[in-house]
Amino acid sequence: MPNYLLTRIGESLLAIWGVVTIVFVVTRVLGDPAVLLLPIGSPAAALAELRSQLGLDQPILTQYVHFLGQAVRGDFGNSYQYMRPAMSVVLERMPATLMLAGSAIIIGIVLGGIAGLLAAIKRNTFVEYIVMFLALIGQATPMFWLGIVMIMFFAVNLGWLPTGGYGSFSNLVLPAMTLGTFVAASVTRLFRSSILDVLREEHVRTARAKGLRPKTIYVWHIGRNALIPVVTMVAILTAELLGGSAVAETVFSWPGVGRLIVQSIETQDFPVVQAAVCLVTTIFVFINLLVDIGYSLLDPRIRSHGGGHE
Amino acid sequence: MSTLLDISDLTVRFETRRGFVHAVNGVSYTLEKGKTLGIVGESGSGKSVHFLAALGLLPPTVKREITGRVLFDGKDLLTLSDEELSDIRGRDIGVVFQDPMSALNPVLTVGRQLREVLMRHQPLSKAQAEARAIELLDLVGIPEPQRRVRQYPHQFSGGMRQRVMIAIAISCQPKLLIADEATTALDVTVQAQIVDLIRDLSAKMDMSVIWITHDLGVLAGIADQVQVMYGGRVMERGPVDAIFDNPRNAYTRGLLNSVPSLDENAEKRLYQIPGSPPDLSKPPVGDPFAPRNPDATERCFAEMPPLRAVEGSPGHVVAAWYELPPYAEGSR
Amino acid sequence: MSESRTVTRSMLHAFLAALIRSKPGLAGAVILTIFVLAALLAPVLGLPDPVKGDLLARLKPPTISLSGFGAHPLGTDQLGRDILSRIIYGGRVTLMIAALSVLTGGVFGVVIGLISGFFGGWVDRVLMRVVDMQLSVPLTILALLIIASLGPALHNLVMVLALTSWVQYARVVRGQVLAVKSREYIQSARAIAAHPLRIIFHHVLPNVMTPAIVVLTLELARIILLEAGLSFLGLGIQPPDAAWGRMLAEGRTFMSTAWWLSVFPGVAIMLTVLSVNLLGDWLRDYFDPHLEG
Repeated sequence: MPNYLLTRIGESLLAIWGVVTIVFVVTRVLGDPAVLLLPIGSPAAALAELRSQLGLDQPILTQYVHFLGQAVRGDFGNSYQYMRPAMSVVLERMPATLMLAGSAIIIGIVLGGIAGLLAAIKRNTFVEYIVMFLALIGQATPMFWLGIVMIMFFAVNLGWLPTGGYGSFSNLVLPAMTLGTFVAASVTRLFRSSILDVLREEHVRTARAKGLRPKTIYVWHIGRNALIPVVTMVAILTAELLGGSAVAETVFSWPGVGRLIVQSIETQDFPVVQAAVCLVTTIFVFINLLVDIGYSLLDPRIRSHGGGHE
Repeated sequence: MSTLLDISDLTVRFETRRGFVHAVNGVSYTLEKGKTLGIVGESGSGKSVHFLAALGLLPPTVKREITGRVLFDGKDLLTLSDEELSDIRGRDIGVVFQDPMSALNPVLTVGRQLREVLMRHQPLSKAQAEARAIELLDLVGIPEPQRRVRQYPHQFSGGMRQRVMIAIAISCQPKLLIADEATTALDVTVQAQIVDLIRDLSAKMDMSVIWITHDLGVLAGIADQVQVMYGGRVMERGPVDAIFDNPRNAYTRGLLNSVPSLDENAEKRLYQIPGSPPDLSKPPVGDPFAPRNPDATERCFAEMPPLRAVEGSPGHVVAAWYELPPYAEGSR
Repeated sequence: MSESRTVTRSMLHAFLAALIRSKPGLAGAVILTIFVLAALLAPVLGLPDPVKGDLLARLKPPTISLSGFGAHPLGTDQLGRDILSRIIYGGRVTLMIAALSVLTGGVFGVVIGLISGFFGGWVDRVLMRVVDMQLSVPLTILALLIIASLGPALHNLVMVLALTSWVQYARVVRGQVLAVKSREYIQSARAIAAHPLRIIFHHVLPNVMTPAIVVLTLELARIILLEAGLSFLGLGIQPPDAAWGRMLAEGRTFMSTAWWLSVFPGVAIMLTVLSVNLLGDWLRDYFDPHLEG
């Protein structure tokens, strides 16, 4: 167990380093921030001055080491737009994103869990067909479109909820429902098929041969085993939400990190973009680490063998 | 001596997309208390399906039709609700399945899997059940039971896992233990240990055993009676010595000739019965083994032979229209 | 040769027969075919110009009804452009980007998976570490960053989308290669010292193609959604070219007065993704009977 944990922590650090490097390569090597910052047609002298101001005239390796050193301290320079440290701008937006992603995940797991279980138990009935059809639609609907339709219906036509913004519970309902629907659709489909897979396993027959009650079998022998792939997927979905909520946050004018990234890209505020990407990645890697630990608690086989590919 | 299990005319049909599969076709037999019955046959002979059907253990999604009567301890299992049946499963009837790796839940400790069956059928506290679980692991010959009880199935070897399965099956001192190919997935040396363990336990606990296998050789040392099944029917049944020394059915002889024998020279090739098992989606009107039997008569193809007593061999019955010449080992 | 062609043909027959028997699979195939045909044939369908609008006919509601299509079946937008025409031309862009990305990512992923699975050892360990690393990174955010830095040109879009998808192929193909490798005919091919490339092309590749096609279908749906999202955020194909996500973003402003601007492009995305998913699910069940419940 300690060995496995250490390996996973090492992998996580490696992943964060990888992303920081990709951010560096993309922004400094492939793109040229100086060109992006200045108006088109600026004189070469102005360009050169800005380059040296930003340290872009130094050898690429020096720049890289410098960048890494700053990244470790969370220092990505001042935001061009807000004129203060980029990381603090990002951190201010973090609670909003976490609140939205958290509510969406909870809605998704509860809704999807119930629907998936229902579909598996009511196999080959009308209930299963309806649930699975809705889940398919939910998976195929672009999040931003669902958001727009929800705004049209609940905010514009019925006037029950605000069209966007931040601050009160009523602001949270529509964006959380929009993202939650998307999560629920995926959870429903995976949980159902996972339950059906476990049902075919022989140890379920053993449980019945032991005379256990159906409730015990469903909770301890089917549900628990079927949960394992769902846990993995929730980790991936959390990733989708931390990144993908850029779209939902934009639709609902939700002041989160995703919207900040989009806005900063539009205003070419690169320190903020870099800080946000690095922070989101770190949080994501950390969540993945937690999920893997949770996974190893659910599946004892991982604990002793380590997380291999076989 | 009294009868524990009395099965009569048990028939199981599955409904599939391609029509009915006639898996078990009118099986009848009885089992006395404390005795061991060996049931032998190829896969598809109905030897496993018939007991799974009787205990309500067929996959819930499969459409099936079960008729006949299965009297266990005076109660007809086929008329019980699933609730009533589940009271009997695990308490009065224990089952050991073939592959202990997949038959145990990989994510629950061995102790937990023992406790839940104990607490389902007996008024025990968690601590009492834990203590009993350790006793049971000790009883089936697992060393260091206090430590092992907290481990997961993947931490056990194949043989040890099967011992855990046996501990679970006998945990409530059942009247009947069904071992379904319980040694097939194990190494030969381990097989012998498991066979010995079940024989000892059945003697100690005065427990009846149904030992289901495709390997007639396994039954020699343990069974009181042997029943040979083929195509969902009983082909022959009798005391173990009668079956081994005086088989009256061509299929039984085929099985006997495919048992490896230790005292013969190793170069002699094992005999294999030619042909393939019957297609149960269109069951033959006659003797299901007739197409593979060189001694089959015309009547064998036309009409299913009923079980009849074998003269001079008490308790020995056979389903055959033909009479085979006296049996000499190795001949056919 | 002719015998193998007959075998192929009868396999194709069985495949099509099974597809027609499956209602969801068939529905998916039909809808997708309609979208693809419309996209391919757009220039010869006699549609109004999707880019130049008729400023006199701005924000006209849909004219489609039981009696016929009318002048603008799905209405016009704020510049008087025909929405149906823009959806069909937008479908060209979306489907082309999605197809290119899926194929690029697919070829790359399949090659990596083959190498990893076939050679094993340290090659496998290194490649699988990279896969793990990529999986532990939020890809949508990275895609945003890359597009923002490099500009939303077509080849950048395709590259980024392909980058988000190669991992899935690599994993599935690697697993399949490991399974195939243990089979006897491969071992005997190795025993007679056949060239590794020959073994890969003749024995391994044919066996990994079916799972790769299943992944390809499921990835196609994900990529269409992702591309629509990028386009919605203004990071897709640039105006005046039509793109579904972009149409939605522009239509959002007119949400309360002209609903058809944002509803129809959304329906187009949903139907496309739905049909691809239906087809993908069916393909997976067809090739892997175990998963069919």
